[in-house]
Amino acid sequence: MKRRDFLKGCMACGAAATLGVSGNAWGINSFEGYPEGMGVLVDLTRCVGCRSCEAACNKEQKLPAPDAPFDDKSVFEEKRRPTEKAYTVVNRYDAKPGGPVYRKIQCNHCNEPACLSSCFVNAYTKTKEGAVIYNPKVCVGCRNCLIACPFYVPGYSYSSAFNPVVKKCIFCYDTRLKYGNPPACVEVCPQEVLTFGHRNELLKIGRDRIREKPDRYVDHIFGEKEVGGTSWLYLAGVNFDQVGFDTTMSNDPILSNVKDFLGIVPMVLTIWPALFTGFHLLATKKNHGDGHSGQEDPKP
Amino acid sequence: MNRHKANGVKIVDSHYKVPGKSKWGLKEKLLLGLTPWQYVIQAVRNPFNWILAAIFAVGLPLIAVRFIFGLASVTNSSYDYPWGLFLTFGLFAMVPLSSSGFMLGTTVEIFGRHDFEPIERLALLNGLLGYLFAVVYLLVDLGQPWRLPYPMVVAYGPVAVLFLVGWHVATYLSVQVCEVSVSFFEWIGFPLGKQGVRRITLGLTVAGIILSTLHQGALGALYNYAPGKVHPLWYSSAFQWLHFFVSSIPGGLCMVIVVSTIVRKTMAWRCDANFLDNLDKLTISLAKGASMGLITYLVIKLMGIAHDNKWEYLATGYGAWYLFEMGIGVILPLALFAYSIRRKMVGLIRFSAFLTVFGVVLNRLNTGMITFNWKMAEREIPTLREAIISITLFSIYIVTWRFLLYRLPILYTWKTADERAIAPARGYVTEGNAEPSMAGSYRSRINDNVAWIASQQWP
Repeated sequence: MKRRDFLKGCMACGAAATLGVSGNAWGINSFEGYPEGMGVLVDLTRCVGCRSCEAACNKEQKLPAPDAPFDDKSVFEEKRRPTEKAYTVVNRYDAKPGGPVYRKIQCNHCNEPACLSSCFVNAYTKTKEGAVIYNPKVCVGCRNCLIACPFYVPGYSYSSAFNPVVKKCIFCYDTRLKYGNPPACVEVCPQEVLTFGHRNELLKIGRDRIREKPDRYVDHIFGEKEVGGTSWLYLAGVNFDQVGFDTTMSNDPILSNVKDFLGIVPMVLTIWPALFTGFHLLATKKNHGDGHSGQEDPKP
Repeated sequence: MNRHKANGVKIVDSHYKVPGKSKWGLKEKLLLGLTPWQYVIQAVRNPFNWILAAIFAVGLPLIAVRFIFGLASVTNSSYDYPWGLFLTFGLFAMVPLSSSGFMLGTTVEIFGRHDFEPIERLALLNGLLGYLFAVVYLLVDLGQPWRLPYPMVVAYGPVAVLFLVGWHVATYLSVQVCEVSVSFFEWIGFPLGKQGVRRITLGLTVAGIILSTLHQGALGALYNYAPGKVHPLWYSSAFQWLHFFVSSIPGGLCMVIVVSTIVRKTMAWRCDANFLDNLDKLTISLAKGASMGLITYLVIKLMGIAHDNKWEYLATGYGAWYLFEMGIGVILPLALFAYSIRRKMVGLIRFSAFLTVFGVVLNRLNTGMITFNWKMAEREIPTLREAIISITLFSIYIVTWRFLLYRLPILYTWKTADERAIAPARGYVTEGNAEPSMAGSYRSRINDNVAWIASQQWP
C-alpha cells in the first residue's frame, strides 16, 4: 500500500466514522510506518571510518568510480553529503571528549517522506518493506524533493542533458530488500555498526543498548520520532548536534507544514465563485422600481 | 517612431487604411503601416535594440548550450540549492508581479469600475506575459522540460503543492489568453471571437481570482516544505501562503504603474489620449490599492514573527537584512505613497512603485536563495552563465512586451466599425437609455462610442 492510498484510506475512515461505523473519528492522522517495515540501526560508537560501506554501495548500485579510492582517508578533511555518484558517505567529526566520531549518511527512508509528499508526479513510493524508492520514468526534474528533504539527501544528475534524474539510496530495494536481504552496506560492515531488522525490533535493541551501557550512549535514538520517524535509526555516544545532526528538527512530518494550506484549497474553490459573483451583483445591479434610484455607472 | 509619426506616416489603429474604402493587409498591420524599409530603419535607429542584440548574441548561444549539454554546463548544479536564479527570480519573483491581471479584471468586471478601463488591458497583458515567461524560465530550469505535461496526463501527485501550482498556472494561462484575446480579435478583425469572449468574461474573471489566490499562495506554501532551510524571518508556519499572496497584490499593482511609466516615456506615439489623459488619475488609484496591500502585508509579516515568537532573530545579521528588505520595500514606499497620494505627486508615486516592485523581488530572492540554507556556512552565488541566461530570457520578455504593445490595441483604442454588428449594446448611447451594459464587456462603452461615431462618419 502506498502512503497516498493510506491517506485515502484515512479519509474513507473519516467518512465511515460520520456514518456511525467505528473508524478513525479524529480524521486524518499521522502515519507511523508499516508494521512490517524494515530498518537499519546505525551505532556510531562502533564506526571506525573504514568506508567499506561506501565501496559496497558503489559496487551494488553500479555507480561511477570515485575521485579518490575508498581507502583514502583524506576525504575526511571536509564534510561531504550524498551525491549522484555516492549514495552514502562517511564523515568524521572531532567530537569532544573521546576523539573522532564517524557518521554514515544515506537516505533515512522516512515514514512520511518529504520527497514523496512534495512530488507532483508521484515518482516516490514508500514500500511496505520500508524503502523510499523512486521512479525515474515520470520525473520531470523540478527538484522540489531536493528542497523538501530535511536531511539533504537526494542528488541530481545535472550533467545529463537528456535524462537527468534524482539519485539517492533506495535501500538496495531492487536487488536485496525486496527479497528480504539486508542492503550491501550492512552486509559488508566489519564492525557491526549497522544492524538490519524490523524497525520495531531495532527500536527495542537500541533502547536495550542505552539501558545496558548508559555511559556509552546518549539517551536518544535519532530517527525514532524526528520528522515523523525514519527507517534508519542512529545511536551515538556524543550529543547528536556534535556529529552533524539537526537536533532542532520537529517530530512532525514535513507534510504537516503544508496541510494547512492544502486544507484551504477546496474551500477557496467552492466559496470564491459565489462570493465574487455576489460582489459583482451587489456592485453593479441597479435597483429596479423600488423608488431608490441607485447610483448609476458613470456615463462615458 | 515619433519621427515617422511627425512626418505624417499613418500608423495602424483601425482596419481601414482609408476610412470606408481600403483595408490594411496583415503584413501592413504587422509592420504598423510602415514600409518594410521604414520599419527596418526605425528598428536600427533605436539604441535599445543594439543593447538587446548584444545580450542575445551572448545569451542565445548559452541557452543552446544549456539544452545540449545539460544544466551542469550553465549552473552551479547544486544539490543544496536546487532552485537557482531561473526559478527564484524567473518564477517566484515574476508571478507576484503578474497579479495585476486578476486585480484589474476584478476592479472592472466584478465591481463595475469602468473608469479603470484605459489601463485594464495593460494590466491583463502584464499578467499574461508575466506568467508566460515564468513558464519559460521554468522550462529552462526543469531537468526534463519535455515532461512538463506529465502531472496533467501521466502521473498524478495530488498531495503535492507543486501539483496545484502546475495545474493552476496552466489553467490561469489559458484564462489570461482568453482575456487578452479580445485585443487580438479586434486587431485581426474577428468580432465574433470578441463577442464570444465577452460573454464569458465574468466567469473568466472569477476563475482568475480563484486561481490567483491559490497559486500565489501555493508558491509560498512550497517553502513550507523546507522549514529548516528557509530562514525563520522569511518563514512562517501558519502564514507563509498569505505572505506570498498578499505581497503579490501591491507587487502586481505597482508593476502596472512601472510598466505604464516606461511605455509613457518610450512609446508615447502608440498611446492614445484616452490612455495618456487618464494615466495620472489611474496611477493614483492604483497606488491607493497598493498602499492598502502594503500595510496589510506589513502587519501580517509582523504577525508571522509574533506568532512563532521569532523576535530574537531581528537582532542578528539576517535580522538587519530583513529590516532592510522591509524598510526599503514596504515601509518606505508606504510612507512615500501616503505623502504623495494626498498631494497628487504622480512622479513620487511612480518612484515608490519601483521601490515596491524591488521589495517584492528582493523578498522572493531572500526567501529562496539569499537566506536559504541559513544554517550552512557557505552561501551559493549563481554562476555568470546562469545570470546571463536569466537576463537574456528577461530581454525576450521585454521584446515580446514591445511587439504586442506596438500592435494590439492595448495602449490605444481600436477605431473599429465592427461594433455595428453588436448594435443592441450601444442602445443606451443613442437612445439615452440608462441601462448599463453588463460588466462582461471590455471597454464596451468606449468602443461603442467609437463605433457610433464611426458609423456617423461613414454613410
